[in-house]
Amino acid sequence: MKLRRHPTGIASRPPAGERRRFIGALVALGAGALMPAAQSFGQGKPFITRPIPSSGEALPVVGLGSWITFNVGNDRVARDSCAEVMRGFFDAGGRMIDSSPMYGSSQDVIGYGLQKLGKPPRTFSADKVWISSGSAGRAQIEKSRERWGVSRFDLVAVHNLLSWQQHLPTLFAMKAAGQIRYVGVTTSEGRRHQEIEEIMRREPLDFVQVSYSAVERDVEARILPLARDRGIAVVVNRPFREGALIRSVKRQPLPAWASEADCGNWAEFLLKFIVSHPAVLCAIPATTSVTHVRENMGACLGRLPDEAMRRRMAAHVEQL
Amino acid sequence: MSEWWTYSLSDFLLFSGRTYYRLIELYNIDIWPVQSVALALGCIIVALLWRPREGQGRFIAAILALCWIWVAWAFHWRHFVTINWAAPYFAYVFAVEALLLIVFGVVRDDLAFAPGSLWHRIGLTVVLFSVFAQPLIAPLVGRGLLQAEVFGVAPDPTAVATLGTLLAGGRRALWQMGVIPLMWCILSGAVTWTLGSRDALVIPVVTVVVLAAAATKTARRA
Repeated sequence: MKLRRHPTGIASRPPAGERRRFIGALVALGAGALMPAAQSFGQGKPFITRPIPSSGEALPVVGLGSWITFNVGNDRVARDSCAEVMRGFFDAGGRMIDSSPMYGSSQDVIGYGLQKLGKPPRTFSADKVWISSGSAGRAQIEKSRERWGVSRFDLVAVHNLLSWQQHLPTLFAMKAAGQIRYVGVTTSEGRRHQEIEEIMRREPLDFVQVSYSAVERDVEARILPLARDRGIAVVVNRPFREGALIRSVKRQPLPAWASEADCGNWAEFLLKFIVSHPAVLCAIPATTSVTHVRENMGACLGRLPDEAMRRRMAAHVEQL
Repeated sequence: MSEWWTYSLSDFLLFSGRTYYRLIELYNIDIWPVQSVALALGCIIVALLWRPREGQGRFIAAILALCWIWVAWAFHWRHFVTINWAAPYFAYVFAVEALLLIVFGVVRDDLAFAPGSLWHRIGLTVVLFSVFAQPLIAPLVGRGLLQAEVFGVAPDPTAVATLGTLLAGGRRALWQMGVIPLMWCILSGAVTWTLGSRDALVIPVVTVVVLAAAATKTARRA
């Protein structure tokens, strides 16, 4: 499989058909590697992964965010509690953990948790660069890496498009040098979608991170189809709208028809709506609760809703 | 920052209420028994304000400056920074307030108390509230005494006590040294509101009382 050269000198991804065949083989391998943890967690239900389009590497459709929840400072009790959340996440087959230098002490807390759990080899480390100065990007990424205590990041994305014109060339160079594996950009709460679209069209991104939920569906119109066309993996942040959405729907009983998509609780319902979109790689809910992380990981199990059911789910949540 | 109108305070709040009040708890444990010294200093301010005499304004300003420096260093610089990367900036601002208290309150002796006046009474009431009532709010709303915010060591009651003192100490003093405490109270009120704290209304109400009293004071003198 030949790699095309991007105008910037960075290798671009292969044509879609060739890529799909390559991906298919890798997906099978990736899913297989995850099966032991997933089987013990899911009691025999199939464990759902999705391939990263640019490489074919399979990732579970639910990751772990760290915004607010892991920013607990030097509080040892709270750090241990976060480590238990991470343990629950890994035990359920989870891989991607997401953070940013903007999230206070979250990177340190993740590093503490990884160290305590013996640095699980399945960890997929996703972090961001968030600094105005382009020349300071590398130093910030290195500091973040030290805080995590990992040998290298799997994914580094430009946080909220801050100085993306300066940071993207650095990230592509780091990827070419093998210092990181994937490059992305992020935004949240529906901001700067036009700009992110332009970047997606122009740059050979591996990942894009956006907000998406049953009640916040702007990205369905352009961002998600574009990501699919361009072979860019979509990570979904704030799937519960910082808890407000799930707190709101939890007042109502889960509809009986939710079981048709193997949804046993509202967390699974809301997450399966998101990850069943064909362009979405995974959602990254954040939590401080082991119970909740297990509920969230339940969205990796069983059947996903089809398009008709997705419409029904969105209509139902909007009605609530 | 593009699309700035789409942002709210919650977009910038890095921590949960549980984490913030747990930080206060760990801070209180770490600095004990400094709280008792601070409380004693608060009592001295109350006693001096009760019957102010010439020259005592310098002493009160010096005590407040000491408290602001302590909060800048011990709270913002050493503790709050662990959950908020903006804390060092707050430390600088608190140090500036300490400097203002030294320059205008200690060196220039600009605190001019008028015992018996309405604003002196209101100012003294605000100081009494900050020293004796604010530490009780945490246990009253179920957070426990260890999470009490004490005058002289925690930012909110220190800012409130300063505003009360300046209200009692004359219009000029209020505008010279009151801007930073006022801004802090507005910020803190917004943060506690966003955190959903049960005592979220306390700081905004005190701030409105001080502002209203200051406004009537200014209007009457105009």
